[in-house]
Amino acid sequence: MAASEPVLSVEDLTRHFTGRRAVLPGRPAPAVRAVDGVSFQLHAGETLGIVGESGCGKSTLARMIVGLETPTSGVVRFRGTDVHAVRGRQARELRRRVQIVLQDPYTSLNPRRTVRELLRQPFEIHRDLLPRKQQEARIAELVELVGLDPDHLDRYPFQFSGGQRQRIGIARALALSPDVIVCDEPVSALDVSIQAQVVNLFQRLQRELGLAYVFIAHDLSVVRHISDRVGVMYLGKLAELGSRRDVYDSPRHPYTSALLSAVPMPDPQLRGRRSRRLLEGDPPSPVDPPSGCRFRTRCWKATDECATVEPLLAGDDRHRQAFACHHPMPAQTA
Amino acid sequence: MAETMVAAPRQPAEGAPVLSVRDLSVEFDTRDGIRPVVQNVSLDVYAGRTLAVLGESGSGKSVTARSVMGLIDPPGRITGGQVQFGGRDLVTVSAEERRLVSGEQIAIVFQDALSALNPVFTVGEQIAELLRTRRGLNRRAAAAGAVELMARVRIPAAKQRAKEYPHQFSGGMRQRAMIAMALALEPTVLIADEPTTALDVTVQAQIMDLLLDLQDETGMGMILITHDLGVVAETADTLAVMYAGRIVERGRVDDVFARPAHPYTRGLLHSIPRLDREDEALWAIPGSPPTVLSRVAGCAFANRCDVAIDLCTTSRPDLTQVLPAGRASACHRHEEVLHGRV
Repeated sequence: MAASEPVLSVEDLTRHFTGRRAVLPGRPAPAVRAVDGVSFQLHAGETLGIVGESGCGKSTLARMIVGLETPTSGVVRFRGTDVHAVRGRQARELRRRVQIVLQDPYTSLNPRRTVRELLRQPFEIHRDLLPRKQQEARIAELVELVGLDPDHLDRYPFQFSGGQRQRIGIARALALSPDVIVCDEPVSALDVSIQAQVVNLFQRLQRELGLAYVFIAHDLSVVRHISDRVGVMYLGKLAELGSRRDVYDSPRHPYTSALLSAVPMPDPQLRGRRSRRLLEGDPPSPVDPPSGCRFRTRCWKATDECATVEPLLAGDDRHRQAFACHHPMPAQTA
Repeated sequence: MAETMVAAPRQPAEGAPVLSVRDLSVEFDTRDGIRPVVQNVSLDVYAGRTLAVLGESGSGKSVTARSVMGLIDPPGRITGGQVQFGGRDLVTVSAEERRLVSGEQIAIVFQDALSALNPVFTVGEQIAELLRTRRGLNRRAAAAGAVELMARVRIPAAKQRAKEYPHQFSGGMRQRAMIAMALALEPTVLIADEPTTALDVTVQAQIMDLLLDLQDETGMGMILITHDLGVVAETADTLAVMYAGRIVERGRVDDVFARPAHPYTRGLLHSIPRLDREDEALWAIPGSPPTVLSRVAGCAFANRCDVAIDLCTTSRPDLTQVLPAGRASACHRHEEVLHGRV
């Protein structure tokens, strides 16, 4: 896996949002450092899960990868080409290869268009891709692929349930045969009994089409299930990055460890037997993040060093697991 | 940043329930006619114990909670059943009497604390107002009481935070403020309607931990409305699973999780990925939950059920006792499901 050239490469990606006005005259306007130096690689056919709490920058990251947001600095490369530097025909070609599935297809699908029209739209934008005559056949194929009823093609989005709407969103993302799909909380709005259907669909499509996913979610169990590797974000930075087994079974960053211990387990037998580390307070504001390590204000291991020296994401050779911490958790040997 | 233990299971409750819902039915007028939203729901809440009501969207779990609070307004109405509390039936008492009970002896915490708080008053003022109007405290005592309550729900620097407005609070702190208001009148029963659904997982853990501790201190009974099986497993004592407006399974939490007696419960338990292991593929219940507008003759789950037989589409199974300790299931094949024979 690591030997091949990555299909997607994110290098030191940063996005700052600047307020229009300074709060105090003479001071610069405060900047929200939504994403602040994130790097990772994604290989063909692989799923990289990104977890983190609200405000950690995971959605901004998703939007930059697909080109909906322009980075303040840093590079997103698709098969070696800088996605944000190309223009015109080449840019359109790159956009086609990297698609996005959003959390709520109800707000991302035009309510006045039927499913058929919604699925035809990608071919109207990328006119040279498929002759008009073949479009109907391709639409039928897409509907079949995601498990929608072909008889419902002339219905409108509101006539579908949440799970079916998400299938429409996925079919649309698949229309132009992408290599990468960025999934931003694709199952969090769905009922529990529907989540499994959609997760299974993502996995089947990956097997059949060789897709690579960046799967962004706050549900740690879903991310473990679907991912090959997992990145944990905190306040705009990656705290930890590694294989799902390493990250979940032997978290090295204290934040990862606390996050995992906070997840309630659907097993009453574990009551009174599982310990949990309760973090205090909420994540600090990304407008004025703590100096040094951003997690130090909630970390039980923090020392003076953590306030002055920012820990960099550094790997563990044996595990190929990277973490940004001066005082990592001991590795679990299992 | 304490290391704590996930609370150990509690002994089954003894004595009479503090609140009993019997055969509650609620319907709503819709453009397509009158639709039943809750049908024949019965629940028991015991002091110091938590009853979880688990269900997906449209299952009727929140309408059930609101009925207990007397918060059903037209186009909805309670069409049958009782809510037994303190020797009275809350469905039939006068509006005045009802007002004294709900809010004072039965309190509710909603998912969305921001819309439940008044944006133009400080958090401290809102809690204090409650203590003045309902407990008859004077201004000074009420203000002090508000700060005390905020400290009790672990809002740091409570004295300063009491002077702040809801928008200055984070989601977790707002939910704490809501819990403080609910606690202000020392309720006998607390209804928590998806109290942590809008919160991050680390904050969710804090809030659930807080609710459990407060319950141990006060002995209040709790109804926890949720869709989260993890939250149920870690905090509730008994469980009622709702589907399409009815209870389909009921029992002690550990019992139901170990041996579900309804195919819907079993399907749900199988369909969630686990944090502590890696599964190849997830079991998925096919289809979608029914909306209130679709009504069927037989079992509402039959069209999604992996063990449905002809009988299931023609005859609706009643909720019947399947085991001692209040284990009940509404399934024609509950025996076979319970014993894993189908």
